[in-house]
Amino acid sequence: MSINGRAYIVGAFEHPTRKATDKSVALLHAEVARGAIEDAGLAKEDIDGYFCAGDAPGGALSMVDYLNLKVRHLDATEIGGASYPLHVSHAAQAIAMGKCNIALITLAGRPRSEGLKLGLAPREGPPSQPDLQWEFPFRPTTVNAYALCAMRHMHEFGTTSEQLAWIKVAASHHAQYNPNAMLPNVVTVKEVVDSPMVSDPLHRLDCCVVSDGGGALIVAKPEIARKLKRPLVKVLGAGEAIKGQNGGDIDLTYSGAVWSGPAAFSEAGVTTNDIKYVSIYDSFTITVLIQLEDLGFCKKGDGGKFVSDGNLISGTGRLPFNTDGGGLCNNHPSNRGGMTKIIEAVRQLRGEAHPAVQVKNCNLALAQATGGRLGTRSASTTLILERE
Amino acid sequence: MPEDTRSPLIVNNPETQPFWEAAAEGRFIVRYCIACNRAHWYPRAICPFCFSDKTEWKQASGNGTVYSYSVMRRVPEPYAIAYVTLEEGPKMLTNLVECDFDAIRIGHRVKVVFKPSSEGMQLPMFTPA
Repeated sequence: MSINGRAYIVGAFEHPTRKATDKSVALLHAEVARGAIEDAGLAKEDIDGYFCAGDAPGGALSMVDYLNLKVRHLDATEIGGASYPLHVSHAAQAIAMGKCNIALITLAGRPRSEGLKLGLAPREGPPSQPDLQWEFPFRPTTVNAYALCAMRHMHEFGTTSEQLAWIKVAASHHAQYNPNAMLPNVVTVKEVVDSPMVSDPLHRLDCCVVSDGGGALIVAKPEIARKLKRPLVKVLGAGEAIKGQNGGDIDLTYSGAVWSGPAAFSEAGVTTNDIKYVSIYDSFTITVLIQLEDLGFCKKGDGGKFVSDGNLISGTGRLPFNTDGGGLCNNHPSNRGGMTKIIEAVRQLRGEAHPAVQVKNCNLALAQATGGRLGTRSASTTLILERE
Repeated sequence: MPEDTRSPLIVNNPETQPFWEAAAEGRFIVRYCIACNRAHWYPRAICPFCFSDKTEWKQASGNGTVYSYSVMRRVPEPYAIAYVTLEEGPKMLTNLVECDFDAIRIGHRVKVVFKPSSEGMQLPMFTPA
């Protein structure tokens, strides 16, 4: 049994805000829910499944009540920014099992308004979290935990800062066409490597933005999807994995995408050569490079060469990525990139991306997300979608 | 009973208490599985490799090599985070201290040195050997 063909993404909405000082996080969830329901051509009463992650204030209990949903299926799996491709996969499973027919997935947050500079500050958790006492005192932050991976990747494979910079350059080429993007200016490799060093070897422009906002998706069973007026975006396959520290037998040069990727490709029955567009979680430039290798778009260690010379730029490169500008230039609501990755993939498959970045005949797309930190423990989720 | 003034990170955790007691005496110990003859990190009562409960504390040499590192620059006091490969096998997250941050390289030999945290823990950090 598989989820291939058992569910469709029928609604998608990205909040246009990048700074929401005048809205509560709960309201942002409600606004993206309303946007996705309207995009699908449905009504709130049609929703019978709800999915949310750690960004949902009060969890599923409070959110279902706040939104006043009447649902018969719930999933609040929390694996950071990787939660949302997993939610699509789990929604497809639930739909295939008859547990619900129309699922709503929401994400929202406002770290920018709340002044949370999460990249630079160590994050404390509950003392009972078993890894905390072995890590928190040494001040791992989001940025230096990813920097550890970049440093090791450079050491083993000769990857350079200039190669990483190409990832930001490609994202900026796309962001110039996005009126909502936080950083709409095209940047050069030199500008990236000349930007201030945050945590060696990652410069400021190797890092994603901190933004408010959110997004939502509606996943529905095939019979319902076919009755709606939107283009048909079919869920073909998905994979999920967690890569930990393996008892101390650590290799920082790969991510859990080495497991979630093959699982998704196998379920979808396609290969990397078939994929026309990829959304790759880009918390940092190195995040993109490692995931592209792990998904098999190039050999391990060849990522630096693969991303260079504009190879990720739509229209000129071999593998157009993050055509909305991604987390590096567009937005990163709630410091979680998985939702917006799916939304831009849906736009590409529907032919609704900006004309300057729309991939021709885009019938097959992949959305890849990471949660947690690649340098300590992280989740990886992969989703493959097809335009029918 | 006197109030426990130690960091909330390590209070009420019988699984790891011996490590921090040894650290307070300047001794660096690792958890070792006698069923599969392998040390692991971070320390657990049940071996993360073979899932045996035949694990014990073992004195470590305190020697290791730098597996990866990064100097956090955009903070008032820059610091170096690192993974160090211990002579006993596992890699651990730590800080590199008492060294020239610009001279750190992957593969450098380092040795353990305990540094107090603001909450009174003695933290195993590493310095050039």
